Amino acid sequence: MLRNYIKMSLKVLRRRPFFTFISLFAIGFTLTALTTSAALIDHTLAPMPPETMLDRTLGIYHMTAKGETVQVNSNPGYKLLDRCIHDLPGTEMVTVFSSAGSVNSYLAGRKIESHMKRTDGAYWKVMHFDFLEGHPYTEDDDRNANFVAVINERTRREFFGNTNAVGKTIEADGQRFRVTGVVADVPIYRNNPFADIWVPIRTAKNDHYRSEYSGGFTGLILARSRAAFPEIRREFQARVSQIDLADLELPGVQVLSARPETYTEAASREILGTPVEKTRTAYLYACFAGLMVLFMLLPTISLININVSRILERASEIGVRKAFGASKFTLVAQFVTENVILTLLGGTIAFIASWGILAGFTWLGVVPYAQFSPNLRIFAVALAIALFFGVFSGVYPAWKMSRLHPVDALRGTTL
Amino acid sequence: MISLKEVEKVYRTEEIETLALSGINLEIDEGEFVSVMGPSGSGKSTLLNVIGLLDEPSKGSVLLAGETIQGLPDRDQARIRNQQVGFIFQTFHLISDLNVIDNVEIPLLYRHLASFERRSLALRALERVGLASRVRHFPSQLSGGQQQRVAIARAIVGQPRVLLADEPTGNLDSQMGEEIMKILMGLNEDEKTTIVMVTHDARLAEKTERIVRLFDGRQVN
Repeated sequence: MLRNYIKMSLKVLRRRPFFTFISLFAIGFTLTALTTSAALIDHTLAPMPPETMLDRTLGIYHMTAKGETVQVNSNPGYKLLDRCIHDLPGTEMVTVFSSAGSVNSYLAGRKIESHMKRTDGAYWKVMHFDFLEGHPYTEDDDRNANFVAVINERTRREFFGNTNAVGKTIEADGQRFRVTGVVADVPIYRNNPFADIWVPIRTAKNDHYRSEYSGGFTGLILARSRAAFPEIRREFQARVSQIDLADLELPGVQVLSARPETYTEAASREILGTPVEKTRTAYLYACFAGLMVLFMLLPTISLININVSRILERASEIGVRKAFGASKFTLVAQFVTENVILTLLGGTIAFIASWGILAGFTWLGVVPYAQFSPNLRIFAVALAIALFFGVFSGVYPAWKMSRLHPVDALRGTTL
Repeated sequence: MISLKEVEKVYRTEEIETLALSGINLEIDEGEFVSVMGPSGSGKSTLLNVIGLLDEPSKGSVLLAGETIQGLPDRDQARIRNQQVGFIFQTFHLISDLNVIDNVEIPLLYRHLASFERRSLALRALERVGLASRVRHFPSQLSGGQQQRVAIARAIVGQPRVLLADEPTGNLDSQMGEEIMKILMGLNEDEKTTIVMVTHDARLAEKTERIVRLFDGRQVN
């Protein structure tokens, strides 16, 4: 039966090339936009190397200090993290690292601009970078303030051309570092792993950072499992509340807050501008879903209209099928299947088009180091969207068609 | 085989009410070949549609193979149409996108038969109407007579007990009409298929066992 439906659908599509083109264009365009957006969101938020364990990672990305006349919103400072992040219950590892700051290097009179991040040794265990050569620096390197560095592929190319970099020295921000490893480029929108040069925290030019509660650092907590999140949060916030506010050196501060968040929670807080203590991830997802539905609504309505006229053009066929034993349910199944096949074709076109657009983004270097490409997850999303689109835009016309009286249908008169 | 008692069919619109059939009492035995005659608008096609479950009577009862058919749920009506009845239409109603054999297979699709079984039954039906050599042709590549023979093959492929033919020769020249009539009579004689045929052609009607005449929706014989 299904084979017959498919055969019939393909015949109908061939019979009306213009209608097929319009339908496929509408479906393809809509699904391309949705699939591309989904791919971009996925590349930004989903766990993927080097953040392979993002699903059981909490981050301290933000802190707020406020009083009646003062409010500070910033990244946490090293001191806050150092005091509160270690030895939390349910944790496997923690890492502290700075934001990627812009630094300049000069090589044979040429200026090289890079982003440099200062990290502890555990950073390389929490993140799973793809090492092209060498290895990461260690906790000891950080403890001993060894001037060592890991660089990315682009920095190796800038400094050393196509030769190996391990063991060689680079100059950055007025300091010299011996390269221990080279990693693949990580795109800028992956905030935690992104940098061109990574060096130990303790190689900083001074140790002012050690006494600062706000600014410049991020802490990541790798939990043993997501089940440990509530306990980690509770304990971390309890430790924050014990900080002597006078120690902040910010007169008037009455409340200090910082909360371990998942990456998605942090993203939703950034996008929605909500306070650090409020999580509105569900609201963000609802917004995305709402936008998606709105975006799909117009083409769906058009498709429903096209489908209604297409199906009613086939009134005589409906009459014949009813006369020879098709029930309403069978006919609905046939027409919905036909529509799903049409939208799956549109979905395939959209998937190929999205792949092209993403490859174009990558090739044009719109986002530095981005390697956009559709993956299985995106394929599944595209398929789900296409199926939803197909069923949704096919059910109403099929239902309308199933109400067609067989005698009227055979006469060619419609509803 | 077919039993109609006090059947009435009224078509209602917002403005008018049309009485298409009134007080029809009809018994058709198994294996009988009956023709229905009458002027245009006398209710012939409506009668056929009511017998074939394409339309419901407004009043009265219709029994097909001992089963009361009005008021049955859609699925049961579909099953009876599929298993007991075969339709032949004046304008053939072949699906233009499907080739001959796919058109003939349509009733079998709803019986959930395996593909090879459908093929074999469809081929047999096409052989019965002398069109086994045209299985890959599309309706537009056939003459009117050939299209009607395909339509007959489609009607008989599921071996229904009743064939309902609505002016099967109406769109054909007399020679083609004769050929179609021969096939129908052969089916009636060989397979003992009950046939109810609407026709305007008195010569063809005379060849059947009984003529039912309608006028203004009423039986007049």
